[in-house]
Amino acid sequence: MTRQPLLAVENLSMRFGGVIAVDDLSFTAYRGEITAIIGPNGAGKTTVFNCLTGFYRPTGGTLVLTQDGLHFRLERLKGYRIARHAGVARTFQNVRLFAGMTVLENLVVAQHVALTRASGYNIGGLLGLKSHREAERAAIARAREWLDLIDLRERADEDAGNLPYGAQRRLEIVRAMCTGPRLLCVDEPAAGLNPRESAELGRFLVMIRDRFGVGILLIEHDMSVVMGISDHVIVLNYGKKVADASPSEVRRDPAVIKAYLGEEEE
Amino acid sequence: MAYFIQQLVNGLTLGAIYALIAIGYTMVYGIVGMINFAHGEIFMIGAFISLIFFVVLGVIGITWIPLALLLVLLIAMALTAVYGWAVERIAYRPLRGSFRLAPLISAIGMSIFLQNYVLLVQGAHEKALPPIITGGFDLMQQGGFVVSVSWLQLIIVGATLLLMVVFTAIIQLTPLGRAQRATEQDMTMAALLGIDVDRTISLTFVIGAALAAVAGLMVTLQYGVIDFFIGFLAGIKAFTAAVLGGIGSLPGAVLGGLLIGVIEAFWSGYCPSEYKDVAVYAVLILVLMFRPSGLLGRPEVEKV
Amino acid sequence: MSAAPRVKDAGLAALIALALAFPLIGFETSDAGVGFSTRFSWVAIAAAVVFAGRLLFGLVPRRFHLHQFGVRKTAIPQGKLVKLASAALIVFAVLLPVTPFASRRSIDLGTLALIYVILGWGLNVVVGLAGLLDLGYVAFYAVGAYTFALAAQWYHVSFWEMLPLSGMTAATAGILLGIPVLRLRGDYLAIVTLGFGEIVRIVLNNWTAVTGGPNGIGDIPRPSVFGMPIAAGAPAGVTTFNHFFGIAYDPIQRLIWLYYVALAVALAINWFSLRVRRLPIGRAWEALREDEIACRALGLNPTTTKLSAFAIGAMTGGFAGALFAARAGFISPESFNFQESATVLSIVVLGGMGSQLGVALAAVILATLPEFGREFAQYRMLIFGAAMVAIMIWRPRGIFTIRAPSVRLDRI
Repeated sequence: MTRQPLLAVENLSMRFGGVIAVDDLSFTAYRGEITAIIGPNGAGKTTVFNCLTGFYRPTGGTLVLTQDGLHFRLERLKGYRIARHAGVARTFQNVRLFAGMTVLENLVVAQHVALTRASGYNIGGLLGLKSHREAERAAIARAREWLDLIDLRERADEDAGNLPYGAQRRLEIVRAMCTGPRLLCVDEPAAGLNPRESAELGRFLVMIRDRFGVGILLIEHDMSVVMGISDHVIVLNYGKKVADASPSEVRRDPAVIKAYLGEEEE
Repeated sequence: MAYFIQQLVNGLTLGAIYALIAIGYTMVYGIVGMINFAHGEIFMIGAFISLIFFVVLGVIGITWIPLALLLVLLIAMALTAVYGWAVERIAYRPLRGSFRLAPLISAIGMSIFLQNYVLLVQGAHEKALPPIITGGFDLMQQGGFVVSVSWLQLIIVGATLLLMVVFTAIIQLTPLGRAQRATEQDMTMAALLGIDVDRTISLTFVIGAALAAVAGLMVTLQYGVIDFFIGFLAGIKAFTAAVLGGIGSLPGAVLGGLLIGVIEAFWSGYCPSEYKDVAVYAVLILVLMFRPSGLLGRPEVEKV
Repeated sequence: MSAAPRVKDAGLAALIALALAFPLIGFETSDAGVGFSTRFSWVAIAAAVVFAGRLLFGLVPRRFHLHQFGVRKTAIPQGKLVKLASAALIVFAVLLPVTPFASRRSIDLGTLALIYVILGWGLNVVVGLAGLLDLGYVAFYAVGAYTFALAAQWYHVSFWEMLPLSGMTAATAGILLGIPVLRLRGDYLAIVTLGFGEIVRIVLNNWTAVTGGPNGIGDIPRPSVFGMPIAAGAPAGVTTFNHFFGIAYDPIQRLIWLYYVALAVALAINWFSLRVRRLPIGRAWEALREDEIACRALGLNPTTTKLSAFAIGAMTGGFAGALFAARAGFISPESFNFQESATVLSIVVLGGMGSQLGVALAAVILATLPEFGREFAQYRMLIFGAAMVAIMIWRPRGIFTIRAPSVRLDRI
């Protein structure tokens, strides 16, 4: 199978006042692959995510998402439209679940766009039309499938805020997947997890990649996760790309070791 | 021209009073990031305490004005500060870390409570105080119109500027100010570094309330009539001043206060005065919509 | 804590209470500011109460403190309880005019209570569900009332024609106001809406040519019974309700009819609110309240979501306004000041943000409290203000609330 490019980042830069957080960054992420972005703290990884998902407007460069003959210029789409139209979903470094709503509701809200359309922009739903009831049932069924995958079916009707931390992390990924994305951006999913949970999470991401064929962008500090599951790795330092290669190549790259891994491996 | 200058003088006097209240809003917002909606009520309480003690001192025979003024100033600042402290301790401190709207709702509850408390214990009627500081001088004269400035107006503007200098110095130079700025930046980190965050926040409220008491005293002297409701409008106008100057900035609060006072005075002088409050609300809305960082504040970046 | 520090702590609290009470409770000046009387015994009592209260509070074991009672820990099946209480409340409301409590006063009061219930439910959508703090809610109430009153004055339209239009006008006002302000952060939004609410009141007060200024507008028509007025006599060509059914005219009939109209509107709004909460838009409101940034990342449009909550809240306020105008027959800007907004907000907060039953109970209590004696009337807002603070500290989701999920896994 040939690699299908999904996201092409060209010359992306992001400046805050005098600080250059991302400097002339270019890379490609492929469909059905896990692309890891690693680098020391402050390297600009989350800033890349924020540019991709519409929270920041890049100072320069282009971000093109291509799939099935459709092209989306992400730097021109505003805010929520990136998730809605281009199909870029994300999770957050500090988990952002709807803590006061149930686990199931979190997953149903993620299917808001489709549900709204099926409910005749709520009016059909207000009148109790069949199309809405069916769409809601389908949304719940889909949520249930995902909950089975992360072993949370039993807790579906509990407040999401009451879940243990690891479960919240998994739920947030699943919630992003419920939007039906083309590209999933995961920001430090293993942060705060123990080694066993991290390994499990890695396998879960691989499963998502293989079963749903989405492209995954992964920011992660836990090298065992990154090296174990990534298809290729991009290394950032001070907003600049230091390396872009397969995990085994990156591990051997002297520039990377100097900039980053050198501190990590003793 | 003479009329213009008279309005300017009146506006600056009014603005100085707004500025004193605005400092309380801006300091509290700076340090805990909440609008202390009850701050207008603290000002109102300051005015009541001032009026009550002027009357009490008068009756017990302390009538030498400089002494009476000094005593009332100290008493009002001290007792109003206790109110400021109590409000923070009771209504805000337990809510740190609660959901986003909780402190503001609690502050509104506190404001309703304090207003009705004063209404109950002091009555709904306006309270009047005979003029205490009288006299002044004529600044200029033009075409039969005399621009007069009262001694009181001079005192009000002078005291405001003096207090601003003193408090800016406190914030810049003393350990309290350093603790305040550290708490403002990062409460958790400040606590880890050994700063008593609770005490710092309490002191911020105490200082804000003491300054509001000074404003209350000045309103009592300048206008001679107060009631339990004056805190609402004065509070909103002072908040507008804080926002206009740039919330979190002390010089901003003073600049904003003076500007709001002048805008209000000119509007009353040249436009239908029934709508003078609308002018202030319009400033508030326009600033928040188009320049939420105000004139001297720093813009906020959304944290994702 | 052992005894000595506990007494010291209570003593300190009493000292502070003393400082608080001394100036404002201790003295009362004459209005002209020349003399005063003292009430030092009250100050002493206040300090003693605080001392005793603080001491006793310290003695209560921590696990019995109020905020330790989580909603889920209570033994009563609350879902059922809520249903039961709601049904009882509705039955009582429907039967009120035939109970022994029925009198002109009580039925009129019932209508007023229903108006507050409607206002509470309307603001609940905005504050309780969408998490947008609107401090100028009363502006939409005013828009509804004035739309009806002005249209009745100029075009002689009836209540029934104007009820939907009042709602529509208020909703339009909500959207027009919402578009510029809804991108503001929570507390700024609150202050800006307060400003708009006050602007509306000031304009109503001063635009005398149109609104009658402080004198207001009178002679607002009462709702008819399917086109037939309730009246002793009528001009030629008009059949009165009393004539048609052969019932002797009694002024209480008008009150009862208006009461049922208000009840019908309230029930319709309740149905609508419960239903809309389970629709995608309702869930989007709650999601927005929980985390706006996460909403954007999921493709929800925050602007339209907020606008819809604002518009629906405003529309409900508009209906309440039309009912208020019909009840009083006269409106003036005085009825639409910030105190009114604060009152409705306190209803929503006390009832429990998001809870239909809680809001209804709080509204009924607030509206009827003054009837239980002058003291209650005097202390009403004092208590409500203090209660708002207490609720935020101990039960931020309200006294009565449990949140029913909008969807459940087992129900398919």
